[in-house]
Amino acid sequence: LDVDALLLSRLQFAFTIAFHILFPAFTIGLASYLAVLEGLWLATKRDVFKTLYLFWVKVFALSFGMGVVSGVVLSYQLGTNWSEFIRVTGGVIGPLLAFEVLTAFFLEASFLGVMLFGWRKVGPRLHFLATVLVALGTATSAFWILAANSWMQTPQGYEVMADGRYVATDFVQVIFNPSFPSRFFHMILASYLTTALVVGAASAFQLLKRRDQADSRTALRMAVGMIAVAAPLQILAGHVSGEVALEHQPSKLAAIEAYWDTRKAHPLNLVAIPDRAAEKNHFQLAVPGLGVIVAPPDVEVKGLKAFAPEDRPPVFPVFWGFRVMVGLGVLMLVLGVWGVILAIRRRLEANRPFLRFAVAMGPAGFIAVLAGWIVTEVGRQPYLVYGALRTRDAVSPVTQGEVVTSLLTYVIVYAIVFTAGAIYILRILAKGPGAAPEPPAEPRPPGWALAAAPEAVDGEAP
Amino acid sequence: MSLDLPLIWAGLIAVGVLMYVLLDGFDLGIGILFPFTRSRGDRDVMMNTVAPVWDGNETWLVLGGGGLLAAFPMAYSVVMPALYLPVLLMLAGLILRGVAFEFRFRGGLRGRPFWTVMFAAGSILATVAQGLILGGFLGATWLMLKTTDELHGDARRWSLVLGVLTAGFLLAVSLATLLLHPRIALRWGWSGTLDVDHFLGLSPIPVIGAAGLILVLWRAARRDHVWPFLGALLLFLSGYLGLAVSFAPYVAPYALDFRVAAAPDNALGLMLVGAAVALPLILGYTAWVYWVFRGKVDAHAGYHD
Repeated sequence: LDVDALLLSRLQFAFTIAFHILFPAFTIGLASYLAVLEGLWLATKRDVFKTLYLFWVKVFALSFGMGVVSGVVLSYQLGTNWSEFIRVTGGVIGPLLAFEVLTAFFLEASFLGVMLFGWRKVGPRLHFLATVLVALGTATSAFWILAANSWMQTPQGYEVMADGRYVATDFVQVIFNPSFPSRFFHMILASYLTTALVVGAASAFQLLKRRDQADSRTALRMAVGMIAVAAPLQILAGHVSGEVALEHQPSKLAAIEAYWDTRKAHPLNLVAIPDRAAEKNHFQLAVPGLGVIVAPPDVEVKGLKAFAPEDRPPVFPVFWGFRVMVGLGVLMLVLGVWGVILAIRRRLEANRPFLRFAVAMGPAGFIAVLAGWIVTEVGRQPYLVYGALRTRDAVSPVTQGEVVTSLLTYVIVYAIVFTAGAIYILRILAKGPGAAPEPPAEPRPPGWALAAAPEAVDGEAP
Repeated sequence: MSLDLPLIWAGLIAVGVLMYVLLDGFDLGIGILFPFTRSRGDRDVMMNTVAPVWDGNETWLVLGGGGLLAAFPMAYSVVMPALYLPVLLMLAGLILRGVAFEFRFRGGLRGRPFWTVMFAAGSILATVAQGLILGGFLGATWLMLKTTDELHGDARRWSLVLGVLTAGFLLAVSLATLLLHPRIALRWGWSGTLDVDHFLGLSPIPVIGAAGLILVLWRAARRDHVWPFLGALLLFLSGYLGLAVSFAPYVAPYALDFRVAAAPDNALGLMLVGAAVALPLILGYTAWVYWVFRGKVDAHAGYHD
């Protein structure tokens, strides 16, 4: 086995999935937000909702497109770089991935066309239905892919055949494995928070420039409401995920808390530099008694030394990834509570420190999602399927040269594509919904006005 | 239950890939034809004709890949690493052209021409990598169906030229394959002498192809808008069936029988139930979306800004 191809394949998967997850994390929430906006517009006929819809749908189209192309890469990478994983476990998780295509991808892709280009072609109710189906598709997609990921964390409902391949004994158990429900809600809430933080930041940015923008004021209030509801729920969902790890993935929990020894009533390590070689922490700042939020004081919690050195996950990224995620979660809670208090006092748009805080928190959801997935995936190491299939046994028989080529290609292509995409999205956000032209009275596609703009503006030869 | 699940799934994946070849064939073709356009306005129109449906078309590729993964995990794990670099090139091409649908309308002075080139280059790269050199031809006949005026005239000329080239190419590849691969020649009834009965049994396949080509050339010459596209689909169908007849039942050419590579029956059965419910729905709403966007397209069909 070529160890370098393994390491490079892991780097490549980490790189491509880290870019990919940013887009679903944002578009799952944004699709639901768009459905709510269009529903409110149909119900109230208030123009502000339509303006917001037409504004955010542009951001959605860009993000969704980047999510699609980066996702196709992942599905093929399972075959090109992790073929042993598919050969061994394909009979168990294959159907979950197939169901994702059948029930989610087609739905999203087909109705996205109607959502973006069908404004003039179908009636408002049918258009609303298309938006709802796209939102439903994004959530359904999350359901299946998280079922597959959760099964890799807490596998059950399968047995190993004579030739080493897995066969499912019960697909209900495979799908609804122990870590799936909490992970699903954790991820859905994460994407709602990510979206709300972006919407809040973009609206606050506009209100810092000019306070009298009705659409940005509405959007900010909606975002603050969502954050105030979702942030505490998210902390709860995260806590339940931790309890699942305590029971089913003890080595991951030990890495999250940087516990080396097995004992009851651990202190809570706030800060530490874990050292795998020395099997201890440097610069440890621990609070006795607070460990009760990890496990009840009478429950024994396994430390990393309880596992053979080759069965331990890397500790540093798991420990710190978790603390970055939780720290940002607490800041989100602060933002939500502060915002609600200001909203009740009708001072939301006037409080500039709050608006600046909301702008600064714009990327917090993305960072927390990345940190959380580092905890989940690195914490599962050295296994691909926890306790059953090691990562090093799952890699394809590919050469180092091939993986170097593909990794470099992805780095270059992603650098171009996602830099451009980020710039285009930030440009739209900087303009704000107020800058969007008033939609014409008769139902025309929203793109009509500028599509007919003079050729010279954009440089391509007429 | 005595359903032959591996066979059913092999058939379903084959249909999925055929859908992909036909549907994404014409929207990849749009990108391939970009270098031959007269103006930015024409390119806008061309892009707008496929913008609402390209994503759905590409999903058939994901179904083909995902279906192979799920139904024949062993085949997937053999074929994918073997095709490492072609798959990489295809994905890189699909990324660049996929984002170009949005980015081309967002780019400024430098951005827009850059993404125009990327759309064309990505489409060409993906198509070449897939070995679907015929995409441009499908694209041209699709444009005849969807456009007017000068662009429509261009599309007609492209269709005629590419139709002849495609047919010649298909014929050359077919004959070369028969000469170089005796096993395939045997499939078609040639073992030094021609087994006439055997060949006649398979003869509808080349006949369909010939009918498609005639339909394209004749109707395009008569300035028909709809039939050339349908003729092109027929020509593709014939090529695809020919390929299927030549290689079945092997997933990797003559190396891996699909039954050996199949997933356990309970996985195939569960997915079949899902597919039986989902596929008719997918076909239904895909048809509906095409119906919504029927008719000619102009430069003002976008929604950007």
